[in-house]
Formats: sequence, C-alpha cells, structure tokens
Amino acid sequence: MSTKEKTWWGVAGVAIVLYALFPIAWIVSLSFKAPSALNNGNFLPGAPTWENYSLILTGGASDLFLPALRNSFGICLIATAISCLLAMFAAYAIARLDFPGKKFILGTALAVAIFPVISIVTPLFNLWRNIGLYDTWPGLIIPYLSLTLPISIWTMSAFFREIPWEMEQAAQVDGATTWQAFRKVIVPLAAPGVFTTAIIAFFIAWNDFVYGISLTSTEQARPVPAALGLFSGASQFEDPTGAIAAAAVIVTIPVIVLVLLFQRRIVAGLTNGAVKG
Amino acid sequence: MASIEMKNIVKKYGDGFPAVNDVSLDIDEGEFMILVGPSGCGKSTLLRMIVGLEDITSGDMVIGGTRVNDKAPRERNLSMVFQNYALYPHLTVFENIAFPLRLAKVDDGEVQRRVNEAADVLELHEHLERKPANLSGGQRQRVAMGRAIVRQAEAFLFDEPLSNLDAKLRGQMRTEISRLQRRLGITTVYVTHDQTEAMTLGDRVCVLRKGKIQQVASPRELYEQPVNLFVAGFIGSPPMNFLPAQLEGSRLTTPFGDIDLDERRAAAVAGRDLLLVGIRPEYFEDASLVDEAKRPLGSVFTARVDVTEWLGDSQFAYIPYEAPDEIRTQLRELSKELDSEELRTQAIVSIDATSRIREGRDAEFWLDSRKVHVFDPTTGDNLTRDADAGAELTRLAAEDRVEQVQSAEGEGISAA
Repeated sequence: MSTKEKTWWGVAGVAIVLYALFPIAWIVSLSFKAPSALNNGNFLPGAPTWENYSLILTGGASDLFLPALRNSFGICLIATAISCLLAMFAAYAIARLDFPGKKFILGTALAVAIFPVISIVTPLFNLWRNIGLYDTWPGLIIPYLSLTLPISIWTMSAFFREIPWEMEQAAQVDGATTWQAFRKVIVPLAAPGVFTTAIIAFFIAWNDFVYGISLTSTEQARPVPAALGLFSGASQFEDPTGAIAAAAVIVTIPVIVLVLLFQRRIVAGLTNGAVKG
Repeated sequence: MASIEMKNIVKKYGDGFPAVNDVSLDIDEGEFMILVGPSGCGKSTLLRMIVGLEDITSGDMVIGGTRVNDKAPRERNLSMVFQNYALYPHLTVFENIAFPLRLAKVDDGEVQRRVNEAADVLELHEHLERKPANLSGGQRQRVAMGRAIVRQAEAFLFDEPLSNLDAKLRGQMRTEISRLQRRLGITTVYVTHDQTEAMTLGDRVCVLRKGKIQQVASPRELYEQPVNLFVAGFIGSPPMNFLPAQLEGSRLTTPFGDIDLDERRAAAVAGRDLLLVGIRPEYFEDASLVDEAKRPLGSVFTARVDVTEWLGDSQFAYIPYEAPDEIRTQLRELSKELDSEELRTQAIVSIDATSRIREGRDAEFWLDSRKVHVFDPTTGDNLTRDADAGAELTRLAAEDRVEQVQSAEGEGISAA
C-alpha cells in the first residue's frame, strides 16, 4: 500500500469511527448537563454536573433504576448460562451425530430467530398472566432463551464442526467414555466458541426492550431498558432526558468492558459463525 | 500383548456397499502385520473395526481370546496412532502422553515415571512442557507414538502414520517404528498404501483389494511368489512388467524375444494360448555387461530405448512394446486399480548404472528367464506360482522374527 492510500484509509476510518461514536458521545455529554442546559444546543456541557447520576443512583429515580439494574443482570446472566449449556449439547449433537430431524432442528432455530418478537408478545402477555409468570424473572428468562438459543446453537455448532473427529476417537481409544471425551477434549477445545457465544447471547438479552416492557409491571422483574422508558422528570413540565442519558451510560459500561476484554475472540467468533454456520 | 483373530469380517455401509468383504486373518502375538492396498480397498476400515471405531456388520473379532465385537474402544485396551496424530492441542506434550494414564486414574508418581520412560525411548525430553502446536511434524508424530506406548496396551494400531511427513523424515521414522516394535515385542497392525513401508516393516503383509484379501505372506513371498496379477503389480517399485505372450510347447513368444520355460512351469501353463508374462525390472540387464557364465540362463533381445533415467546407484530404461487390444485394456484397468495411470504399454527395465545405453537407439538386453511368472490374462491368476517355495520364505521370516524378539527380550533382561 502506498503512503497516499494509507492516508486515505486512515481518513476514512476516522470518519467512520466519528460517525459511529457521535451519538454515544452526545449521550455522555447529555448525562453531565444540568436540566436547564439540556436544550442549549452545545455539544460540551458548559458546567458539568453529577446531578443526573446522583438522581438515578441515590435520588428519586433510584427506586426505579437500581432494582432494574439488578433484575437485568440477574435475568440476563441466568438466561445466558442456560442457553449456553443447552446450546452446547444441541450443537454437539448437530455437529457430531447423524440423527433424523437434524436439518429440521437447525431450520426451526433459524425460523425462531427471524420471527418478529412483537408478534408473539401479546399472546405471551395473556398466557403469562394466566399461569402466573407475569412480572417474574422466569417470565423473562424463558422468552430470552427463545432469542438467544437459536444464535447460540448456530455459532456453537460451527465451532464444534471445526474440531476434528479424530480428537474424540483418540480419546475413546485412550480409554475415555463418550462423556469424558466430551468434557476433557471437546469442551476445552470449544471453550473460545462457548465464550463468544455466551457474550453474544448476553448482549441480545441485555438489549431487549419489547419483552421487558410488556411482560413486567413492577420493579420485581423490570429490566433496565424498560425502566429507562418509565423515567419521569421532577415535574411534568421537566424532561427526564438527563437522567435517561446517565442511566444509558451506566448500562453501556458493562457491555463496553466485555467487548474490550474479549474483542479478538468475538470477532473470530462472529466471522466463524458467519462463514461456517 | 495379544493375538488378533478375524473371522469372516464383513463391513457393509448404509447403501449395502461392502467396504470389507469376508476377511479372515490371524495375527500372532508380537507380530508386525501390515494391511496394504490402493485407496478404497478397505484397509483403514478394517483397522477401525479392530479398534472399535467402526461397527462390524458380521463376523467375529477376537482379541486375546475374547470376542470384542460389542465392546467399546476403551474396553479393548488397544492403542492407536492416527494419520493426523490427533494430539490434544490444549495439553502439553507431557499431558498428551499422560492422557491415557490420567483416564485410568494412575497415581501421579507412576504417571511421571512412565511418561519419562516413554519420553526416553522417543527422545522427547526437552519438549515435554511444550504444546503440540509448537512442534515439528516429526516431533508430533513421536508424541502420538508416546501416547500409544505409555500404557500396556494389547496391541498397537497405526493408521498411515507417516503419510504426513516429508520423504526424508519418513525414512527415519520408519526405522524408528521398526526398532520400537521389536524392542517392545508388541502385536502391531499397520495400515499403509506405501509399499516401501509394507516391505520393510512387516513380518507379514496382507494385500487387500476392494475389501477382499488377496494374499497374506512375508514380504519376500509376496515379491517372489505373488498369487495374482494384482499382487504382482502392487508389490515392487518400479512395478513388474507384464508382456503378452504366445505359447508354443514350452516356449513363450513375447515382444522381447522367446523365453524358454522349465518343465514345472511349462506343465503349469500347458494348453493355453494367450498369456501374460510378468518380469521384474531387475531381471533385465544390459547384455554387454552380463557375465559369460550367466548369459546362457536367459535370452538376449534387441529393442529401442525410449527414455533412460540415471539415478546414480541404478539406472532405468523404458522400452515401448506393442500389445493386442484385449491385453492393453486389461493392463490399463489393472494400472487404474493400482492408483497409477499407465498410458502406454512399456516395460521398465533396471540396468547397471555404468551402462552406456542411450535414448532413442537400439540396444541389446539380456533377460533372466529363471524367475519370470506367467499369468492367465482373463482371471489374473499366477499359473506358475510355487506355493511350497513361497511358504518356505514366510516360514523363514517367522523364524527370524522369533529370534529377534528373543534377542530383544534377552537384551532387556541383561539391561535390567
């Protein structure tokens, strides 16, 4: 690549990064503005203040935000764990065994993944109310599984397919049972894949809004994205924009930390699933 | 250590295609048995049925006196070296070798001792803490063998273990495997398509073709007394030459002059018309370099040389010849089956490296007619096979083996 080309690539890259990061920068900036400065049109907050953060963490909105944060973490972690465990077994079977209906399972998983969430939310709402799952953790974990399982199965079966059969056969000849071969050879080899899948599944659950707003009514199970929508200002004439921005920044932090820690694996995992799945 | 007996083993796949068809084979304790054949002959399938990775459709697999058809691989106590080694990439070399022992819940001190012992044999000491990804092909191969020898298995199974190595390393590892097998005196089954490996390693070699056993014998017997065209063409490099011949009394008329048969062979081929004569490349010689004393034992003919290949220690000359159409198609089919693509009918003859025979010129060759074989072109059977002489060769090889194993054991005792 010539120097000129390099410069152009650099310029284009910076432009794209700026374009993509601008909304986030704007939200960060909003979260530091005082309510009176919200609509002044300046990018930089003139007089940065922690007011919004103290409002949601200790002030009036903390009743809404803190339980929601706890719910979100709990529900998403449990949903991710269950979905990874189930997907691991399913993907192993799909990659290794020849059984009737294999194509059907993969096809169904894909169909579930492309099914619009909004279309099943109303029947689910009625069903959950009748059987007592409405506004409970399991009431959200179960629908989240339906969001995360398909993509988990697809990415993980791509990872499992890459592990040579001989590994397992060698383990069996060396004296391992099928379960030991799976646990001692296949799982360690598939660990990066399982990890990537777990992170992707966590994001999907973490970002959900529709289920969160429709299937909950109190802080008992309401996740953060839904809670953000229910923020209200100090009076009805005041916008809660600052508080929402502050909450958005806080819920973005775990996601950014996860991505920064495991970015290489996620990229490998995503392309992996894309090409081989 | 155990013997392996196969009785009428059949392997049919879902579509009914028999990959292995009615194979019966006895492998003695401590014997080095080679399964050899062109690709698709069922040799790997047979090996995988021994170790239990492939189901047996019918027949009995008996290892050490017990029928193992329904036993899982881990219950058979065999160790196997895979073609791609199948090392565990997340474990160090030490843990790779120790893997079977860990599964067997051997205590730590014992694991340490036995892995070190195996590492001594295979000279892997300085690599024990490394991961397989950082090793060369030859080192990985040795780790795979280490994993096989670390426990007291009933038998070793090798599935084309050297085919991923380059030629030089392959030669070294071949002698290494041979030495190891003799030293441990353990029953070994070795699958290969490389006939050099087959000839040099095996006590006995089993030649397979389309799932059926053609011949089981010592390498020498296979070479000197092949049972049919297929075995004759498969064993030997460069391969045996097959010439069309007309029979008149006890004399065969070939494109390379007449060959007189002795009484025994003349009687065996009597009453036939068109035949195939099989002549090994080294039965030929540049006529000008043949001893006067040897000359009357063969015949001399003149032919035009197409190409010569000088290799330093030896020299090959290619001589084209004409053949009737039916022979030509027969030979072409045979060469296709042997994984080679022979486009023209030509003889490859081995001549002395000092010979000055030139390409494109007529030259005089001498042909040793004492060891030629005569084949039936339609069935492919060897009509002049001397079964007694062949059996004698295999018996001698078996005696050699017993002697070698005993001397290896003797060394082991004196060393201890």
